[in-house]
Amino acid sequence: MSFARLVLVVMAKDLRAELRTKEALNASLAFAVVILVLLSFVIESDDVPQKALGNLLWLVFAFAGTLVLNRSFAREVPNDCLDALVAAPISGAALFLGKALASFLLVLAMELVALPVFGIFYNVRWAQQFWPLMLVTVLGTWGVTVIGTVFSALTVNIRLREVMLPMLTYPMLLPALLGAMELTGDLVTGTPIGPDTVTWLKLLVGFDVLFTAASVTLIEFILVG
Amino acid sequence: MRDKILYVLGALAVLVLARNLYVIAGLPQEAAQGAIFKIIFFHVPAAWTAIVAAITALTMSVQFLRTKDFKYDAAAVAVTEVGLAFLAANLVTGSIWARVIWGIWWTWDVRLTSALVCWLLYAGYLMLRHAIEEPTQRATFAAVFSILAFLDVPIVYFSIRWFRTQHPAPVFLSSNGSFPADWTRVLLSNWLGLLLLAIVMTAIRLRQEESQREIDSLRRAAHAM
Repeated sequence: MSFARLVLVVMAKDLRAELRTKEALNASLAFAVVILVLLSFVIESDDVPQKALGNLLWLVFAFAGTLVLNRSFAREVPNDCLDALVAAPISGAALFLGKALASFLLVLAMELVALPVFGIFYNVRWAQQFWPLMLVTVLGTWGVTVIGTVFSALTVNIRLREVMLPMLTYPMLLPALLGAMELTGDLVTGTPIGPDTVTWLKLLVGFDVLFTAASVTLIEFILVG
Repeated sequence: MRDKILYVLGALAVLVLARNLYVIAGLPQEAAQGAIFKIIFFHVPAAWTAIVAAITALTMSVQFLRTKDFKYDAAAVAVTEVGLAFLAANLVTGSIWARVIWGIWWTWDVRLTSALVCWLLYAGYLMLRHAIEEPTQRATFAAVFSILAFLDVPIVYFSIRWFRTQHPAPVFLSSNGSFPADWTRVLLSNWLGLLLLAIVMTAIRLRQEESQREIDSLRRAAHAM
């Protein structure tokens, strides 16, 4: 089988497993709504600039997304499925990219539900720059997913996995989150991406490319040793 | 033999630092800032030492992944811990200076924030190590994390730099510097002292790491009997 096909097979397997139980997706969605509600007590919609609300959205995405990413490799631990996957005749890179793509689609699904909820709760007309916003969401989410999937693999066998993953992920993700926050803050208030903000878009693309390449290179060490 | 070299290096570090303290005390006060300015002789070299430590940790981690030789793993953890201590010294001295000059202990300026994020990243490295029991897995995962963390450092720095800046412009290695040449000599000599101290600390930590490994293998042998 070709590399792309192997990636798609792993992705389809992960999506099927998740959609049958929906445990990570439901937990992540519910958590996103809980944070959105909690944030409303911290900020009164009237005196906080709408741009800041757009920034907060990425905290919601990052926190709720971690719940999906936590499961990515942890799902394979019962019944020693991870050993079977590693022993299967596919490269670590294909396994990693398949898993990352599956998590990416799940996190994206959570975000696409959370966005309108956010708009309703905080009276933000978030869809004014719909396609640029989708681009930023996709780029930011891929950054979150790549780092999250690598660290999900790193922390799969260790004590306190659920505690370690966020502790390791968020400092590493900071540049991607910062870029996504800056752009989303502008876009939900209807400001298009201009010459001063295009730097952030470049940063997001750079972050995604660099860490995808690094992860694909290093994943074999994590899976096989 | 190794002990003697360590003692000599340690004594040398103490001598250099003691001499520098005397020289720094004798320097005139800076026109605008007064005596607090002299903290720069520790603040800046501590940061440089931490950077040297981070580069060494990266080299050791790559070497470990290439050779699977545990001496590189021991060196990586030893140098990361010492580097973290120096980065902490950098943050604390900076904070003390800021309290006097800016009137605040902390501000979310680019250098401060990126230094803190780096500190958190490498603290995550140590936490990850503590959480993994199996030595080979611990060494491999830690090495992968160290490489990813090092890749992240420049992106973190530039992203926060685009975000905001308040830190005084660096006066070294830049065209707008106005640091007297003889003061630069004192600063470099203090860096030498701190570097020597860092080397001694790393060597001591390295020996602890080796003893730990020996104890572990003896314990395993005892269990096997």
